[in-house]
Amino acid sequence: MRDSKLILPDPKRRRLITGLGALGASAALTGCDSLSRNDRFQTWLGATDRLTRAAQRLVSSRESLAREFSERDIAPTMRANGSTNPSNADYKRHVANDFADWRLRIDGLVREPADLSIDDLKAMPARTQITRHDCVEGWSCIAKWTGAVLGDVLDRVRPTSAARFVVFHCADNIYGGPVKYYESIDMVEAYHPQTLLAYGLNDDRLPVANGAPLRLRAERQLGYKMAKYVMRLELVDSFATIQGGNGGYWEDRGYEWWAGI
Amino acid sequence: MHTPTNNPHSSAMRRGRLIRRHGLFTRVWHWVNLACLVILLMSGLQIFNAHPSLYWGNDSTFDAPTLQITAVRGDDGAPMGIVRIAGYRIDTTGVLGLSRHNGELDQRAFPSWATLPGPQWLAMGRYWHFAAAWIFAPLLLAYLAYTLISPTRRRLIWPTAAQWRGLPATIAHHARLKFDHGADYNGLQKLTYLLVLFGLLPLMVLTGLTMSPTMNAAWPWLLDVFGGRQSARTLHFIFAFALVAFFVIHLVLVLISGVRNNLRSMITGRYRIGSDTAPAKDNRHA
Repeated sequence: MRDSKLILPDPKRRRLITGLGALGASAALTGCDSLSRNDRFQTWLGATDRLTRAAQRLVSSRESLAREFSERDIAPTMRANGSTNPSNADYKRHVANDFADWRLRIDGLVREPADLSIDDLKAMPARTQITRHDCVEGWSCIAKWTGAVLGDVLDRVRPTSAARFVVFHCADNIYGGPVKYYESIDMVEAYHPQTLLAYGLNDDRLPVANGAPLRLRAERQLGYKMAKYVMRLELVDSFATIQGGNGGYWEDRGYEWWAGI
Repeated sequence: MHTPTNNPHSSAMRRGRLIRRHGLFTRVWHWVNLACLVILLMSGLQIFNAHPSLYWGNDSTFDAPTLQITAVRGDDGAPMGIVRIAGYRIDTTGVLGLSRHNGELDQRAFPSWATLPGPQWLAMGRYWHFAAAWIFAPLLLAYLAYTLISPTRRRLIWPTAAQWRGLPATIAHHARLKFDHGADYNGLQKLTYLLVLFGLLPLMVLTGLTMSPTMNAAWPWLLDVFGGRQSARTLHFIFAFALVAFFVIHLVLVLISGVRNNLRSMITGRYRIGSDTAPAKDNRHA
């Protein structure tokens, strides 16, 4: 250390650099967890969600398709996640009478609100696709889905020009809590050709574990977007009045609204 | 800043000559990049903890993971942390699978001191990860472009013909912990930096993007290059630990080959060549 003056002739500058280094290291060690709970910092982190959405929308076209796989790629069982057997009385009644009087309510910013039965949906042109389901946790599972194209269903109820999002209201009280699951996608994903209201899984009826009688498939998004046990579609121009105001059950619990990565 | 005097008997001369080694962009990039990589690694381990298994291929073969970090009950009934890899089971209690958090034994793949944030909090881990990635990836792109375009950078990082031929000798030289302090990087240094800059770092970005369902639709070739989403996730993990290995070796070499000279060159840009630890006449050693 004797020749420090020779190497760095400006001790002030040297102290500054050393000080900045120490400050940075200690802030990094103690500060990250409290930073994680800071509101303003969370708002800043939230901006990266919008940046990611803008960038991904830029490089993917409206029609760019998720990869479709072959029959031999289908997993032995489609892993069920979140709610797998809703226990509330209303849903159990639907299961007991085989969803015979179940209706999908579509309302909000539409010109012709509708109540559709499963048979109504099955009467529409069906699409079948073998796609990969990606969970936000990191795992993936490949399965074959059959359903009505959401865009066709929307054409039937004729959204008004003010409609920006489709909100999915579900039958399941997630984790047995007081809140029923809800999710939303925007009109670009809603009108994507692979976005389905699926009633079939692997050439069979959609089982209860995977969201019977109807679930969303939005193949360019993560799994938590793909609402199960769908009861009602509501077209809205903002999430302000939907629960916590962030557009979905997990979004209201800190997850990104844009689930493209 | 001071420069060595013209006096041949000055101590500065005996210690060698100061040169300007790193430009401002390189120095700023180096330290910002270090901060980004630390955040990316620790938030990445937080994300991994949400599903601490790795697979090969398109999807997850849940009953046969390539690697798994979990907790089980040992023969004596006590919980133990284990790593399962290629048919082997390694006891990692205390660090991996089962570790202490606030004094309590906790089942988690990576311990809380290694993850960002510390507690299990996937949503916040993702926010940190993508925020850091948005600084890391554009800067990397700019720095790679700068390295390709700037003649000084190109010369600094691309081995000369003599250095390519001399690689075995350079490796032997390093193995004996002898370091030269020439104006130029030696062949081994150049090759390492080339592999990290143009190999590992871009591969981290690309395997990361391959895990995105929207990017799979936009750039389906990513899936073909890396053999599917789960393969990409496994490679992302492997490359991350290759970077950790690079970091450790880099740190050790920086420490033992003249830590102050090395640090100064990455802070002020100035580097002393031909100093005591290596004979001056040998400093262009290939």
